[in-house]
Amino acid sequence: MKILGIDSSGLVASVAVTNDGVLLGEYTTNYKKTHSQTLLPMLDELKKMIELDLSTLDAIAICAGPGSFTGLRIGSATAKGLGLALDKPLIEVPTLEGLAYNLCGSNALVCPIMDARRNQVYTAVYEFEEEPDGSLEFKALPREVLAQTAMDIHELLSQLEKLNRKVVFLGDGVPVFSEVIRKECSVPFSFAPAHVNAQRAASIAALGEIYYSQGKTVSAAAHQPTYLRKSQAEREKEERSAQSV
Amino acid sequence: MKDITLLAIESSCDETAAAVVKNGREVLSNVIYSQIALHTEYGGVVPEIASRKHVEKINQVIEQALADAGVTLTDLDGIAVTYGPGLVGALLVGVSEAKAISFATGLPLIGVHHIEGHICANYIENKELEPPFVCLVASGGHSHLVVVKDYGEYEIIGRTRDDAAGEAFDKVARAIGLGYPGGPKIDKLSKEGNPDAIAFPRAKVDENEYDFSFSGLKSAVLNYLNGCQMKGEEVNRADVAASFQKAVIDVLVEHSIHAVKEYHFDKFAIAGGVASNSSLRKAFEERCAAEGIRFYHPSPIFCTDNAAMIGAAGYYEFVKGVRSGYDLNAVPGLKLGER
Repeated sequence: MKILGIDSSGLVASVAVTNDGVLLGEYTTNYKKTHSQTLLPMLDELKKMIELDLSTLDAIAICAGPGSFTGLRIGSATAKGLGLALDKPLIEVPTLEGLAYNLCGSNALVCPIMDARRNQVYTAVYEFEEEPDGSLEFKALPREVLAQTAMDIHELLSQLEKLNRKVVFLGDGVPVFSEVIRKECSVPFSFAPAHVNAQRAASIAALGEIYYSQGKTVSAAAHQPTYLRKSQAEREKEERSAQSV
Repeated sequence: MKDITLLAIESSCDETAAAVVKNGREVLSNVIYSQIALHTEYGGVVPEIASRKHVEKINQVIEQALADAGVTLTDLDGIAVTYGPGLVGALLVGVSEAKAISFATGLPLIGVHHIEGHICANYIENKELEPPFVCLVASGGHSHLVVVKDYGEYEIIGRTRDDAAGEAFDKVARAIGLGYPGGPKIDKLSKEGNPDAIAFPRAKVDENEYDFSFSGLKSAVLNYLNGCQMKGEEVNRADVAASFQKAVIDVLVEHSIHAVKEYHFDKFAIAGGVASNSSLRKAFEERCAAEGIRFYHPSPIFCTDNAAMIGAAGYYEFVKGVRSGYDLNAVPGLKLGER
């Protein structure tokens, strides 16, 4: 099973190819350039380097949101174009689950946070359980303790307090909210190190293998990102109509 | 010469469109998913809503265009895509999609200028039309008077200093309670009104005889409406629409015909959404006939944003050897003639 993983949901642009549990290659950058200029040249580079025949891919795993609206759409339109041209299905991997999977096997709770502006974070909380059959391989998805959502950072910290377990934070929300976390987080916590604290397409592709084996794919035509938030114009319109009632 | 068949993709504003075009002039398919209904309740295009809809619809639109043309990707010679000007988030959907298809198929990619597309829409139904000629491009976002020197060679000799012509239509339509989009609604209501009922100004721009200015006209309409309200007079909306429209058309016609004469051409074309305005067409038809100028215009379906026009423009860039890389980016403020 050969899966192409793509993630352009945040500051990082990343592409990776896995084949039956082996990472054949990954290209990840976190630099000023726009994803629109970097993502496909990176994939082209990776394809040449690992002599990838695109027709041998089984599916394209795409980081499906939440995240930067524009970043998500660059990734989604790229995946949809590839899916259309190659006649391959897509696998939608939630952004925060992809991030959490960087720390697969962690004993602590894993809490990815992404800066969602307006003092909010896109976040979720996961834990990694041992395989029920006692096997040593991770075949299960991370277990969702808190489903992905947009919430106030203070609200998240009070939720973690209730869970009362050690937690690891990661994601581009960490540098933005580290002060708040240091001050207000009442449970033991740590911040993930550089190689696993941001989006990585290898995690998207590895999760993609699990989703694919469970038959969880969508057609390229049907895929669209999950934004978790309406557009500003829609929000304002709803507020206006709520006030007028 | 071998036939060149291109898949063209356009997503610069609120239409998700794809087309298959042969040799720049033969449209094998032309699929447009219009989002107008979605944006009507906001009184104009909401960029984030438009971008989301593009992602949702783009594959269906492309697949439909290929099916309608009876081709598959392997029958094609390249992919043309609008990369500017337009709404950046909207443009990025088409650009990312087109690049991915190009990458997966190995088909060459050609980034196309949206306005060049509008101009080239004239080639589709007028097989004999060739440069040089003067073209007026008027739409919700653009008002340009362009000298088309050759295929892919343009000189903008006039542009709007403030509002685009279509923008003025939208704003006046809103002021008289017609709603969005303003162009077709004013065009329709004008037929019931007297275009000489109210003397609205025809603005001239001092420094450049070919430039336009529509904000003064728009203000004059708003002032007139306010005046009526203060005096307690009832507004004849049809007369306002007709008189406003006449003022816009007079300026567009005068500037355009002046340019055609000054540059000693005998051909003139219009393009863009405003070019489907029936009164504008009639005014140009009459004036061009009187002046001995051949007048060209696309059918309304090729005036609105569409991908067939991008396929037409893309063809002429393709045969000149223009190719875009996988790093092609959306350029919201792209200038005509720039790469």
